[in-house]
Amino acid sequence: MNLQIRPALFAFIALSALTGLAYPLGITGLARALFPHQAEGSLVHRDGQVIGSEWIGQSFTAPGDFWGRPSATVDAQGRPLPYNGANSGGSNLAPSNPDLRKAVQDRITALRIADPEATGPVPVDLVTASGSGLDPHISPASAFFQVHRVAVARGLDEATVRRLVAAHVEGPQWGVLGESRVNVLKLNLALDDQFGVNSQKSR
Amino acid sequence: MSHAWTQNLLYLALLLSLAYPLGAYMARVLEGGRTFLHPILGPLERGLYRLMGLREDDEMGWKAYAWSITLIKFLGLAAVFLLMKTQAALPLNPEHQGNVATGLSFNTAVSFITNTNWQAYSGETTLSYLTQMLGLTVQNFLSAATGIAVLMALVRGITRRSATGLGNAWVDLVRSTLYILLPLSFVFALFLVSQGVIQNLSAYLHTAGGQVLAMGPAASQIAIKMIGTNGGGFFGANAAHPFENSSPLSNFVQMLSILLIPAALCVTFGHMVKDRRQGWALLAAMTVLFVGALAVCTQAEVKGNPALDSLGVARVASLDQPGGNMEGKELRFGPGGSALWATATTAASSGSVNAMHDSFTPLGGLVPLWLMQLGEVVFGGVGSGLYGMLMFALVAVFIGGLMVGRTPEYLGKKVEAFEMKMASLAILLPCAAVLIGTAISVLVPAAVASVSNPGPHGFSQILYAWSSASNNNGSAFAGLNANTSFYNDGLAIAMLLGRFGVIWPVLALAGSLVKKKHTPESLGTLPTHTSLFVGVLIGVVFLVGALTFIPALALGPVAEHLTLRSIR
Repeated sequence: MNLQIRPALFAFIALSALTGLAYPLGITGLARALFPHQAEGSLVHRDGQVIGSEWIGQSFTAPGDFWGRPSATVDAQGRPLPYNGANSGGSNLAPSNPDLRKAVQDRITALRIADPEATGPVPVDLVTASGSGLDPHISPASAFFQVHRVAVARGLDEATVRRLVAAHVEGPQWGVLGESRVNVLKLNLALDDQFGVNSQKSR
Repeated sequence: MSHAWTQNLLYLALLLSLAYPLGAYMARVLEGGRTFLHPILGPLERGLYRLMGLREDDEMGWKAYAWSITLIKFLGLAAVFLLMKTQAALPLNPEHQGNVATGLSFNTAVSFITNTNWQAYSGETTLSYLTQMLGLTVQNFLSAATGIAVLMALVRGITRRSATGLGNAWVDLVRSTLYILLPLSFVFALFLVSQGVIQNLSAYLHTAGGQVLAMGPAASQIAIKMIGTNGGGFFGANAAHPFENSSPLSNFVQMLSILLIPAALCVTFGHMVKDRRQGWALLAAMTVLFVGALAVCTQAEVKGNPALDSLGVARVASLDQPGGNMEGKELRFGPGGSALWATATTAASSGSVNAMHDSFTPLGGLVPLWLMQLGEVVFGGVGSGLYGMLMFALVAVFIGGLMVGRTPEYLGKKVEAFEMKMASLAILLPCAAVLIGTAISVLVPAAVASVSNPGPHGFSQILYAWSSASNNNGSAFAGLNANTSFYNDGLAIAMLLGRFGVIWPVLALAGSLVKKKHTPESLGTLPTHTSLFVGVLIGVVFLVGALTFIPALALGPVAEHLTLRSIR
């Protein structure tokens, strides 16, 4: 064992420097040179300010905005703070947990109150919390489910909003990978850009 | 055929076709051959040997080999622990993360040196960038390299005749790191950035609307986290976090990277024992077990949670929505992409997650639980999966030998009492740690208090934690509050036992095999490349896993499944 102490020490130091400093710092430099937009978080700018990231969902609650999926993230004290980009996580509620059923029920009630005419079945992704709590997407079905509410709140024609949603549907990547989805932030920004900022919004 | 299965089949086809060239390349590297990377990395390799004061052809017996591995692991333990305890005073800490509590630092250090990467903390609220890079990223490399090194020692034990040396641990570690792990991670990290995974040293970003976005050098760590079957996330939500796993394509390639080296090592094995069919047989057994597990998990998650039916929720998949069980899942991956990940990550010793396993359906959650309990030999961890599977192969030839009344042999080496003892130890120690740890936990009130879900699922949370730690997986039913002194200490012991309690018997076994003469094949030899042997091997893995764990599984996921429709 004693014979191996010197090689162990030097192997550890050298490999640490190589894999723990040279490698990550090298990747940081190359990433900045090759993919600066992505490396910094694919940030979205409006009026010279950073308003978010295209990959990180935000908490939209105004009737004139499309809403994202429920988020179970909390603040530093453990109080609910949806879409907290500094503390990712899911609800970890088991399918058999009555609290999950109750939470889903409450969310459905809230959707029906916000739009009494949306009486159809609610797409499951719109009433269940994502794993990260930062999911930037909803399913196309969940977006279409909200079209009527958004159109009424913004005083727009329903068909116009529906067309805008359809234009924002991204299919599975390469036709097979992942799911069809709509980026909620991009969709809401497109609404703002085309029809003026929603006066009731709370972003 | 559903959408999820199209992705699954593409996955299997790509995995098996990539395993072939990578396996051949690794065989060349590990046998000391030259590759296209040698002109660039060769001088660095030789420089490292000079620094360490060794020659490439210095041989080690099994004890020197085992001590070398153990020494460098414990240096790593000390380094990670010290980094976590002093990070507040060190550079690359723009968020001023404080020093980490002693129990959590110890648990985390053990977790990363044992390739478990169990996380009782959330990365973005706890660790400085320096700790992530110089502490965790380094261990991600070293623990994977260790797995390959131990496998190499075992392979040499099988192939060398009447010898004592098993090769040199330092040479194996350096070669695995320089020629395999580092180049793969390098390319993979840049690919991840191109897909939207972040890589920077900036402070957290405050948007105009008041949202705070965590930042950091994520891609470089995630690349080796995946390739080395480590699984420790840069962020709390692991690969569910969009900055850690952005697009469906990044998800697909990350899933491939979990099983890539473990699958390719079977091919490497075939090359090294000079009989490629032997490698294919092991790969075939793994693939069959994997496909079975994948089918159950995919089916359960795509179907979804019947407890929500009466509420007016649409959970049937269509072109417009993924449906299924979406609690704890990311929309861009859907139930299919999440079930495939969960199966791959627990078949291997990765433990990374792109969805919250705690919220999986009972049967969907049973699959990852059971794959870990099998000892992660279905592909398994880098190196550790194959040496684990070879232990089962020895048991299989032993049982086969008993049936025909001959001394069992594997690849020309007689398998005798000592080998069987070591193989049994390596298989049974983690099993014992799982069951004993779970049994103690359900008796200790402080341990039961950590449970977050009622009913049988609460028991599953405890069982999952011990299965994950003892088998060095690292995924969790994360609702369980594991950052308590009971779990931090208890699971750390289980992780150490699950790593070193397997590595030492495997190396002792290699040390015994290497001394043996080659026994020529005879009529009484059970061939180990046939479909018959593949069947026997699958049977042995299945039986050990079933007999050991079915009672515990019946109390957890099976009971939960049976009660699901009555939830009100």
